[in-house]
Amino acid sequence: MELTVLDQETSNEGASSCASGSCGSSNDQMSHLADDIREKVQNHPCYSEEAHHYFARMHVAVAPACNIQCHYCNRKYDCSNESRPGVVSELLTPEEAVMKTKAVAATIPQMTVLGIAGPGDPLANPERTFSTFRMLSEQAPDIKLCVSTNGLALPEAVDELAKHNIDHVTITINCVDPEVGEKIYPWIYWNNKRIRGRKAAKILIEQQQKGLEMLTARGILVKVNSVMIPGVNDEHLKEVSRIVKQKGAFLHNVMPLIAEAEHGTFYGVMGQRGPEPEELQVLQDACAGDMNMMRHCRQCRADAVGLLGEDRGEEFTLDKIAEMNIDYNAAMVTRKAVHEGIIEELNEKQAKRDRLAAVSIPEPKDIIDPKYRPALMAVATSGGGLINQHFGHATEFLIYEASPSGVRFISHRKVDQYCIGGDTCGEKESALSGSIRALKGCEAVLCSKIGYEPWSLLEDAGIVPNGEHAMEPIEEAVLAVYKEMIAAGKLEEAAPAEAVQQVSVG
Amino acid sequence: MALSIVESCVNCWACYDVCPSNAIYSSSPHFKINPKKCTECEDDYKHPQCASICPIEGAILDASGAEMNPAGSLTGIPPELLDEAMREIQAR
Repeated sequence: MELTVLDQETSNEGASSCASGSCGSSNDQMSHLADDIREKVQNHPCYSEEAHHYFARMHVAVAPACNIQCHYCNRKYDCSNESRPGVVSELLTPEEAVMKTKAVAATIPQMTVLGIAGPGDPLANPERTFSTFRMLSEQAPDIKLCVSTNGLALPEAVDELAKHNIDHVTITINCVDPEVGEKIYPWIYWNNKRIRGRKAAKILIEQQQKGLEMLTARGILVKVNSVMIPGVNDEHLKEVSRIVKQKGAFLHNVMPLIAEAEHGTFYGVMGQRGPEPEELQVLQDACAGDMNMMRHCRQCRADAVGLLGEDRGEEFTLDKIAEMNIDYNAAMVTRKAVHEGIIEELNEKQAKRDRLAAVSIPEPKDIIDPKYRPALMAVATSGGGLINQHFGHATEFLIYEASPSGVRFISHRKVDQYCIGGDTCGEKESALSGSIRALKGCEAVLCSKIGYEPWSLLEDAGIVPNGEHAMEPIEEAVLAVYKEMIAAGKLEEAAPAEAVQQVSVG
Repeated sequence: MALSIVESCVNCWACYDVCPSNAIYSSSPHFKINPKKCTECEDDYKHPQCASICPIEGAILDASGAEMNPAGSLTGIPPELLDEAMREIQAR
């Protein structure tokens, strides 16, 4: 059967009253958007949970300067082994960035989106940022352009942004109250002065809110990113969510703070903790209301390339690009065909979901008794919305929650790869237990294949490995496994001790 | 009278963009200030612009060699209060 995946509000069964054809049948967080916005984001991997299985994005690192300091950021950005936002290994000139973008677009035709996200603040580097956009909109008109910013220089950049046909802007808004803001931002550079403390936070907040209003007034889509910092802005983000939604932001993305001492950030060095996955999930649920929440964000580096969750930047270093001979006109033809193929596939899936939703009475066999508790499952996928990755090759798992009201995507969890083949398997044991730790709270893991050794270790950890749904669509497979668990009587027992706190009480 | 940049510079370009005298240039291993061009922003601004935007404590020195942004000045936590601040943050 085809499955209806529910997002926050519709998970209260029967509570939603539907205008025909527009509800209850979407499998991602896009279901509440107006049709014109859905159209704009349907091939944008960062904005559409469904699209991120199919379409790729890239960032070009042309914007090194920043005009504020955030306590979760360290301006030393030369490490290739790190995957945090704001970290890059190679800065590019606008010309190099355009060359790289065209090379990636020709090699990875499903790349639809080029973003400028740093490593500093793109709008604190207006010449570098806008000359990149100007050249790209002329030379590669089939690529969507987007930009993310801390918002300080946003109001003065709005005209220029509108000119370059940039229809998506992300603003990082961590607070709307200067008292909270002064614990996150030690200073800003404003009107040729360094300004500190509460006064700095107040100016930054005013500029962010003004920029948000100006963009939405012009019909430019705005996503708001917030970093969840336990004990600093966690409760406050509910208010942020309410206000930005009221001002017209179409998506709110609550991301966990990443803070380790070795990153050299203020929070890392000082021992500020990041949120546990369950704390993040509870806050995301609380912020959701009737607003679209993102849960598939990977907090990419400012030079990331490929599908979300993968980084193919190594294939496109300046040396390698110089050797590629790109005929962009030919590439555009291929790209168009690939994009149309994917959209067609997505439309077919949507039509199928709509047909099923239109059937007024579900088959009795498809109704699940609401008495059963929800269960978390992990999925190994390399894209396409399918269970198609070997357990040992997974660098991350997607976490889904199955419950009597349907299946919903919850988050992704990064793991260290334990099996990359060849001679490098020496430290298998410890890395494997690392992957198992990353699956804490999950009751099953679905993958295309799995080796004997991890199989038994997973079983020991109370996680059921399942390779029986290889190449099947993720949500259908998760539901099938959930039903198997019901049939086996597992959901009448309490969740395994560790899982209890993971499962949301929604 | 000129400011200078030392090796803790991370080459972020921020100072380059805001210098009113075009005294700053990209160089290896880090950005440098041309002492003949640097005016310490005297005629242009109340504060030297490079030192007002630089994110790295200790990376810019004044004419006497003193750090324009000494340790602790950019995080907002005076070094003598660091231990206390750390305890407070770790309790979150």
